[in-house]
Amino acid sequence: MYKIAVIGDYDSIYGFAALGLSICPVKTREETRDILRRLAEGKYGIIYITEAAAAQVESEIEEYRDKTIPAIIRIPGVSGNTGAGVEGVKKTVEQAVGSDILFGGVS
Amino acid sequence: MAAKHVNPTRMELTRLKKKRITAIRGHKLLKDKRDELMRQYLDLVRENMEVRKRVEAGVRSANRNFVIAKAGMSEAALNTALMAPKQEVNLRTGEKNVMSVEIPTFEYTTRTADENDIYSYGFAFTSGDLDGAVKSLADILPDMIRLAECEKACQLMAAEIKKTRRRVNALEHVIIPETEENIKYITMKLDENERSTQIRLMKVKDMMLEEAHHYNEKQSRTSECV
Repeated sequence: MYKIAVIGDYDSIYGFAALGLSICPVKTREETRDILRRLAEGKYGIIYITEAAAAQVESEIEEYRDKTIPAIIRIPGVSGNTGAGVEGVKKTVEQAVGSDILFGGVS
Repeated sequence: MAAKHVNPTRMELTRLKKKRITAIRGHKLLKDKRDELMRQYLDLVRENMEVRKRVEAGVRSANRNFVIAKAGMSEAALNTALMAPKQEVNLRTGEKNVMSVEIPTFEYTTRTADENDIYSYGFAFTSGDLDGAVKSLADILPDMIRLAECEKACQLMAAEIKKTRRRVNALEHVIIPETEENIKYITMKLDENERSTQIRLMKVKDMMLEEAHHYNEKQSRTSECV
């Protein structure tokens, strides 16, 4: 049985605790990296990470891209949407098709 | 293009012909796989984008609600209210095979039977805004799970499509032409050998006949007589 975790600054994620997701408030880059690693190796099937925190640990996220579990998903934080999530989807299109033919005009 | 040396033998020719047949068959299969993967991927990625937009809008409005809730309460009270969550989400994962790509499926169960049992605090000391905020977040949870499923599947499929495309291209533009080139080379070489053997035999035959009957001498003698 897997669990779901949320990583990010405390203000962005404390609400998820009420739903029963595990929240991991982080501040520094090192903290984010360590927690991400620990969660990914542990019993977490989905890890939501705020875009701001994700930007600090791109290379680590990239490592888990080819694995079926866990799914690391970017969500916007309280400070606003940076568009990194949508960018990620576009990136997969680019990888698959060769160029972004679907959402090129959007956003 | 025969960059590397091939032995012009019949055995090598048979081997190469077999290789060409396998390569063409593999190319066809991989091409079909790529097309089908692409078709499914495009559907999925469209859904992915849609769900993502929905989730991002949902999270944004939930965050706004939380900020408002926070404004109406002391931070200590808020922290206490959310300190001990009542609910717990368990995730059951499965795997689905789409054109030999293992994509995950997520199914979640909540600890208590009632999914709306999310308020981990008494209502006396918290503002009503907090209830709304928690509810708005709870409402987008199914979408968030679906987003995780879609997005992971898209990532995995994109990687597989890329791999398959490279294989198809390698077969189409390198392996198959190279094999054909080599087959042509060997066929030419074998034909050439055969011709040269034939000519040599004819020549030898001529020489042997000459030895036995001395045609040339006789011919020159008759021409002298005439």
